[in-house]
Amino acid sequence: MTTMEKLKILTDAAKYDVACTSSGVDRSGKKGGLGSTQFSGICHSFAADGRCISLLKVLYTNFCICDCKYCVNRRSNDVKRASFTPRELAELTIGFYKRNYIEGLFLSSGIIKNPDYTCEQMLKVLELLREEYHFRGYIHVKAIPGADDQLLKKLGMLADRMSVNIELPSEESLNRLCPDKNRKAIFHPMGLISGGIQVHTKELVQYRYAPKFVPAGQSTQMIIGATKDTDYQILNLAESLYQKYQLKRVFFSAYVPVAENALLPPLQTKPPLLREHRLYQADWLLRYYGFEARELLDQEHPQFNPVIDPKCNWALQHMNFFPVEVNCADYHTLLRVPGVGPKSAKAILQARRAATLDFTGLKKLGVVLKRAQYFLTCSGRIIDGLRVTPDIVLRNLISQQGIELLKTEEPPEQLSFFSPTESFEQIRQLMPIRIRG
Amino acid sequence: MQETNIIYHYDGSFDGCICCVFDAFYRRENPMKILSKEERQVTLFPVHEVQTDFFHAKRVLNALYEKVSPKVVRFIEEGFLSCEPEKEKLILETIRRAFRDGANVLNNLTDDSVGKLYRAVKFLKNETHLLCGFVRFSEQNHILCAVISPKNRVLPLLAPHFCRRYPEEHFLIYDKTHQEAVIYQPYESILIPLENFQAFPADEEEKNFRALWKCFYDTIAIEGRLNPKCRMNHMPKRYWSHLTELQEQTENFNDENSEKTLSLKKISES
Repeated sequence: MTTMEKLKILTDAAKYDVACTSSGVDRSGKKGGLGSTQFSGICHSFAADGRCISLLKVLYTNFCICDCKYCVNRRSNDVKRASFTPRELAELTIGFYKRNYIEGLFLSSGIIKNPDYTCEQMLKVLELLREEYHFRGYIHVKAIPGADDQLLKKLGMLADRMSVNIELPSEESLNRLCPDKNRKAIFHPMGLISGGIQVHTKELVQYRYAPKFVPAGQSTQMIIGATKDTDYQILNLAESLYQKYQLKRVFFSAYVPVAENALLPPLQTKPPLLREHRLYQADWLLRYYGFEARELLDQEHPQFNPVIDPKCNWALQHMNFFPVEVNCADYHTLLRVPGVGPKSAKAILQARRAATLDFTGLKKLGVVLKRAQYFLTCSGRIIDGLRVTPDIVLRNLISQQGIELLKTEEPPEQLSFFSPTESFEQIRQLMPIRIRG
Repeated sequence: MQETNIIYHYDGSFDGCICCVFDAFYRRENPMKILSKEERQVTLFPVHEVQTDFFHAKRVLNALYEKVSPKVVRFIEEGFLSCEPEKEKLILETIRRAFRDGANVLNNLTDDSVGKLYRAVKFLKNETHLLCGFVRFSEQNHILCAVISPKNRVLPLLAPHFCRRYPEEHFLIYDKTHQEAVIYQPYESILIPLENFQAFPADEEEKNFRALWKCFYDTIAIEGRLNPKCRMNHMPKRYWSHLTELQEQTENFNDENSEKTLSLKKISES
């Protein structure tokens, strides 16, 4: 089989993996070596589905002994199988890297023979790259659950980031769809890696040149929409992973039907992209905006609202928190305003050292006022000529996507501008606003 | 300060631009336009030809460096690399405010001149970051060649990234818009003006890698999630002409007018 054919098969098999980031570690180039990494990560291209291509994302092999129901590479599936050799994959990586096609390698694998053997093969690729080609670019490697601890540690010494797939949000779903995997085996390597990172951080304090263990941290991913788990469960899981295992990222991947099975949604189901989007929005709120999972969802409201984003939803339920005064609010308070993100908030902090801000000034800073105007005051005043009625506010908070959604679900005349009270009621019914007791 | 009815002409260099500032202070004027060599046109307004004087430029920059802040000097330098059409006037205004307000001038983002220059610099930096990913090299005779056509003059900011990344390689990045190139060989680099650069046609190995990359690119997308608009947002179309993976044929997409060829050898000799 030619390299081209192998690349096609093994890329096709890896494409459902979500993580393709190259961030989290700064490493300068060095004489005699090839490559460097940047803390922010660099996107090298964008695929037709709009996802960033940063790493050469391939499987080492798509032979697999597991039979996970949702997976294209399950052993009962009739697909072409292939396997790289370590040398072949290393040369491909270097060739791509030199031409600036990629930022590094993302290596995952189906399980051949047993987890240990698979892990050894992956280790060979990494050793070739790091030791023979003196490759200093980014390497993301998947830890294989069930492999020996020593092997995983060795992988960790060579890679920048490691990840273990949780696969599905709950143990019950996992048992149903992945009969060969168990949750304990998945969390074991995760604990091992986070433990290793902590030990390394301690050593680094004592010796400056202590060997680096997974310097860009670890991440994980899970599939959304293949099982009945709620957004509330998923978000709480993500939060506890961030706290317990110090994960850098939790990725969500909307389930794309690849197999017919009574346990799975039918084949013609569209991937729940909007749901995935809402989860990512909430994930950002956890990581960069100082929100907690329990502020966004609770047991009575376990799903995100499709027509309005989580932050706006929170704001609507906490109107007593607003309005926020632009000229004296602190960073974290500004971040709670719908339409204001870290960039805008930082720009506001910076600009108000030099001058008092008004709404024209905010526009010059690039703060988007469409949503924010209802929650902000400048020197105690709201924007000139702004009409505030629940209906108008709601209209402006609903995203374009949400409006489309309302249109498709209901006859179009109900969104008419001439019957505002009616349409407001319609939206309201769709959007159960929680009242806190 | 009131605008004076006068137009400044300068040679288009950074020192020349700073000399405009020097002359404006010296002559107590606020020129209505500052035009470089390429932009100048016949006009009925009085014109002042600014002579580029290295020592004048140095006096202005030293004063900024010591009396205001090194950060302001850096900001001005980056502002000059941006593609903002009125950057010279904005630089003049920013320097005026810097001497008035001190280092705090960089926070004054709601000011018309400083804010505009700040946004121009932001665009320059964004484009540099994008190009860190979008540059595509072709390997020929162990030399890596790439062509880009950015809006801003990104090469001075882009070159250090690639020099650090490929310390053992020989490479050349040609900026088609501004007709200049950065050339690197272990461990030194140089930025030179260069007209009509033309790369060698690709050899077998190069063609093979291009085909492999295109194959990877076409396979990695998930059909169920196609989203052309999202792709366009992240990777604007003006970069596509130099991206290997988006060409119909993977052979010689950089070679358009082959008569004006300036071979690589000539450059490496000069």
